[in-house]
Amino acid sequence: MWSMAVSIILFSEAENPGNLPMIITAFYEVIQLLEAQLTKKLWHFKLDVHFKVKNQILLLWGHSGSGKTTILHLLAGLLQPDSGFVKVNERLLYSDAEKINVSPQARNIGYLFQEYALFPHMTVRQNVFYGLKCKKCKGDEPLVDPVELLNSFGVGHLLDRYPRQLSGGEKQRVALARALAVRPRVLLLDEPFSAVDKKTRVGLRKELRKLHEQWQIPFILVTHDEEDASYLGDEVIHLEKGRMRDLTTSFTGYARGLRADNTAYVQM
Amino acid sequence: MFTQLTDWFPVLLSLRVAFISVFIISFLGLPLARLMARREFYGKEFVEAAITLPLVLPPSVVGYALLVVIGKNGLLGKTLAGMGITLVFTWYAVVLAATVVAFPLMYQSAKAAFQSVDVNLEKAARTLGAGEVRIFFTVTLPLAWPGIVAGLVLSFARALGEFGATLMVAGNIPGQTQTIPTAIYFAVESGRNEAARTLVAIITVFSFLVIFWVNRWAKKQKH
Repeated sequence: MWSMAVSIILFSEAENPGNLPMIITAFYEVIQLLEAQLTKKLWHFKLDVHFKVKNQILLLWGHSGSGKTTILHLLAGLLQPDSGFVKVNERLLYSDAEKINVSPQARNIGYLFQEYALFPHMTVRQNVFYGLKCKKCKGDEPLVDPVELLNSFGVGHLLDRYPRQLSGGEKQRVALARALAVRPRVLLLDEPFSAVDKKTRVGLRKELRKLHEQWQIPFILVTHDEEDASYLGDEVIHLEKGRMRDLTTSFTGYARGLRADNTAYVQM
Repeated sequence: MFTQLTDWFPVLLSLRVAFISVFIISFLGLPLARLMARREFYGKEFVEAAITLPLVLPPSVVGYALLVVIGKNGLLGKTLAGMGITLVFTWYAVVLAATVVAFPLMYQSAKAAFQSVDVNLEKAARTLGAGEVRIFFTVTLPLAWPGIVAGLVLSFARALGEFGATLMVAGNIPGQTQTIPTAIYFAVESGRNEAARTLVAIITVFSFLVIFWVNRWAKKQKH
């Protein structure tokens, strides 16, 4: 599941008479890929999109009501499209042609909701462990320790607090930990910074970049903020009334530059 | 002022009936309320109106309708009579009347409570792999709980105080179908004001305590 960088040290006497160790670094990049083609009739327009994402951050950018959240819902299986398909690593999650519709429970797609949707009656600990209790019964692959995740996000001390006792930034980290604890293959983020102030926003953006580099799975992020788009988007889809105006990487150059400037600053 | 109550039967029957009907109402009403809170289907308004009807109809009309169904020559009553079962003028009829009349109160409160639960919480639980049953018991029900308790209390109080429909389908047979409200009515009717006063005091104090306790509990839940 994980992209692994495996370093193999070979001592090849035949080719290296000087007995110098030859270091071969073989990258077994297990490319995580999501491809989706979706149409759905909405109130005022018809949603019609087709895109592919690798281990990148794909940004869905557009005004409110342009169908961004709907796309996330369709990918996660919370809504059903009229036609099309959703494929993650060659596994079909939805296809109208083949009559496949995997339930959201079994899709293994993480979803960070707008306003985070933390369970208000549960502590942070109960929130982040919620997904694990479902996974255990299925006997899936080893999972991530949510407490470690929380620690790495710097909110490990909040375990016994309730969501209402947390700040916007803290809520976001807890919600991220909850979504990632079940080891999703794709992470969807709906306006992840809408509930935090400007200053926190800049820091969180950098953290998200870093997080993506660690996880190496497709992130699909919805925003209407141009700065988010320029800093985070490896690819940007500009949505207008349910259609892709252009699939552009024009933000990318700018984003890369920004990132290079900030590499020293990035601390999780 | 008060005499020693010689016949405790109406008090015990009323309590027993109220508890049993609230149990039945919860069992049927909660799943129905959950369904109606989130689903849209053709004819939903019609079903909703039918469920709420006993709340606004005069209890005598509900009683009459029940008689039409379970009376000796009623639609269902006839079949039951063939099997040797009579419902009218038994304490089962008291339970039935209380259940039908109090049902809308539970249904309305529970539906509003379920609707007030943020849909995104249920969706989030789904993306975390939780099945619908687990979501209901770990997310929806705990969050809707205060509204459901309000519905429980309201329907309990309504079942306890049911008079009109009860009288029509179960009558006022002392020691068999006589509840607090019917006992009060017939005590006053026959000039036994002291017996009536005692029952009035009992039901008033009891109802007051229940409402008082629930309000306090609801206040605590907020903190």
